Amino acid sequence: MADKIRIATTSLAGCFGCHMSLLDIDERLLDLIEVVEFGRSPINDIKTIGPADVGLIEGGVANAENVEVLREFRKQCKTLVAVGSCAITGGIPAMRNQFDLKECLEESYIGGIGVENPQIPNDPEIPLLLNQVHPIHEVVKIDYFLPGCPPSGDAIWTFLTELVGGKPITFPYTQIHYD
Amino acid sequence: MTKQLETAADSKNLKRVVIEPLTRVEGHGKVTLLQDENNHIRQARLHIVEFRGFEKFIQGRPYWELPVLVQRLCGICPVSHHLAAAKATDMLVGARQLTPTAEKIRRLMHYGQTLQSHALHFFHLASPDLLFGFDDEVSHRNIIGVIQDHPEIAKQGVLLRKFGQEVIRITSGKRIHGTGAIPGGVNKSLSIEERDYLLRDVEQMIEWSQGAVGLIKRVFLDNIDYHSEFASIDTNMLSLIRDDGAFDIYHGGLRARDAQGQGIFDHIDYREYDQYLHEEVKSWSYMKFPYILSRGMEDGWYRVGPLARVNNCDFFDQPLAERQRLEFLELSPNRPIQSSLAYHWARMIELLYCAEAIKQLLLDDDLLGSELRNRGEMQGEGIGVIEAPRGTLFHHYLIDEDGLVVKANLIVSTTNNNQAMNESIRQVASHYLDGQQLTEPLLNQIEVAIRAYDPCLSCATHALGKMPLEVELLDVNGRVVGRIEKQTSGAVLLDNPVRDE
Repeated sequence: MADKIRIATTSLAGCFGCHMSLLDIDERLLDLIEVVEFGRSPINDIKTIGPADVGLIEGGVANAENVEVLREFRKQCKTLVAVGSCAITGGIPAMRNQFDLKECLEESYIGGIGVENPQIPNDPEIPLLLNQVHPIHEVVKIDYFLPGCPPSGDAIWTFLTELVGGKPITFPYTQIHYD
Repeated sequence: MTKQLETAADSKNLKRVVIEPLTRVEGHGKVTLLQDENNHIRQARLHIVEFRGFEKFIQGRPYWELPVLVQRLCGICPVSHHLAAAKATDMLVGARQLTPTAEKIRRLMHYGQTLQSHALHFFHLASPDLLFGFDDEVSHRNIIGVIQDHPEIAKQGVLLRKFGQEVIRITSGKRIHGTGAIPGGVNKSLSIEERDYLLRDVEQMIEWSQGAVGLIKRVFLDNIDYHSEFASIDTNMLSLIRDDGAFDIYHGGLRARDAQGQGIFDHIDYREYDQYLHEEVKSWSYMKFPYILSRGMEDGWYRVGPLARVNNCDFFDQPLAERQRLEFLELSPNRPIQSSLAYHWARMIELLYCAEAIKQLLLDDDLLGSELRNRGEMQGEGIGVIEAPRGTLFHHYLIDEDGLVVKANLIVSTTNNNQAMNESIRQVASHYLDGQQLTEPLLNQIEVAIRAYDPCLSCATHALGKMPLEVELLDVNGRVVGRIEKQTSGAVLLDNPVRDE
């Protein structure tokens, strides 16, 4: 138990597809847990970020909470990995960078079809949005970039097994082509 | 009943307990509870804390991109968004009817995704609560714990999900964010080899799905009073329904019934949805609150998803699922089943339905056909509605003469359940947490209530939120422990918020 590699994961401004791809290793999950254990991750109820060997980050940075979680992951994880298009480039959510935030708000909460009681939500419980969506390497140092939308389960498997095995990480072409 | 817990009369001097992040659900959310000095709960809210802004930023994009673009709303049920958008673009290109091959390929894809999503939710996310108890050790209460203690159940869950994902891969090229559906049809049919590959395992999937229904039935009935009561609320129910009243998750009219099972409307053409459903905005959540217009904001909210669908339909057209439906209905013979935990049971009946329906489709030679696409005269407005795993999903687009999107409206499944999830956590808060010192196992009960809905907060965060200029973090005594400031340049300053131990 003590020798298991500890992996923590989080999704920032993403769609959870990269986490689903991690589960797409299918029955190899049963083998994986022989050699790794999970720290904070959406798949368990550990809600604090503790020390981990590997941090897998899905999604870009879109709000202040994302910044805070990402910095905390950097502090706690020996190796930090940007998983998927949104973490690496901002991805589809970064398409909002071309618009003014006010326009976007009004679209959803004021001028939308069938909207009643139009108002912009403004409760203090609601986190602070950034003007732009950023790739995560603009905020912290990243050790590995694993591309794809999402990277396939096979690519994630290759990456994790070679990383855990201490080998240089190489992919067959079929695992890193796009669509 | 519990609605008074939405907003405390006076929030001063109340202590704030927050559950953040919500876990074993898809996406980002948090719950805040306010307690008075005697630990009575005065306020309970489910907040959505992430924002993306799809409705705005797809403006100006060509309509044919929509099925692959908007499915990036969600990596758990991308096929739902892919197909709802594809149905809307069918209207845009004037394809009044799909070819039999195209419709069947799309249905196969949809059944595959519903099967994988339901398996994921039940086995990977919710089963630890149900198998180990709501107060099980945090470090053990997860899928890894299930693998260790119940390896056979875990293996079946993993392989059921795998099969669903393989159906998606074969029909759309990729397990997540594929490209199968296009305006007016699909871009490929099945080869004989692909069909035979899926046929090989389908019987096993039907058998395991039956086992899954049996499992949730046993768990539920073992403690039937508690499970019936937990997070239970009386609500209206909304779903799509086939012309003959059959369960259908790909196409149909809208049916809404009240808590007693009386019809509110039936077989409504979903292209007129905005005459029946509106959405209320509340200041404390970025997720809107939809309601049935004729019933008003106060009473018109409703539930969607497996429980609503199984309650609302007249029958399943697959024999094993139909048998299970009849048995399920015995829980409440005279009115719709309102237990929130019965969602899990209904979900597993749907899992079985999908496995049976996949088999039936795989035996249909139309899947191998080559007529893939229809077109007609271009239209300016397209609306697509589908039953996603979590409930009714609405996509609505307007385009200009160049085919570029000028307006969009998305009502995602989880948004439809917004008020219901809030009411469910208030029921749990007032029944089980009121007057108590809140501990982790008690707080997990709140999450158990939310998990019953299988909320996809990932989908729910497609809208975009406001940007306060300054945020202060206060402790219970009102002392500032952290501060975030956004400068006019857009740069963000974090004054190292102090974290409580």
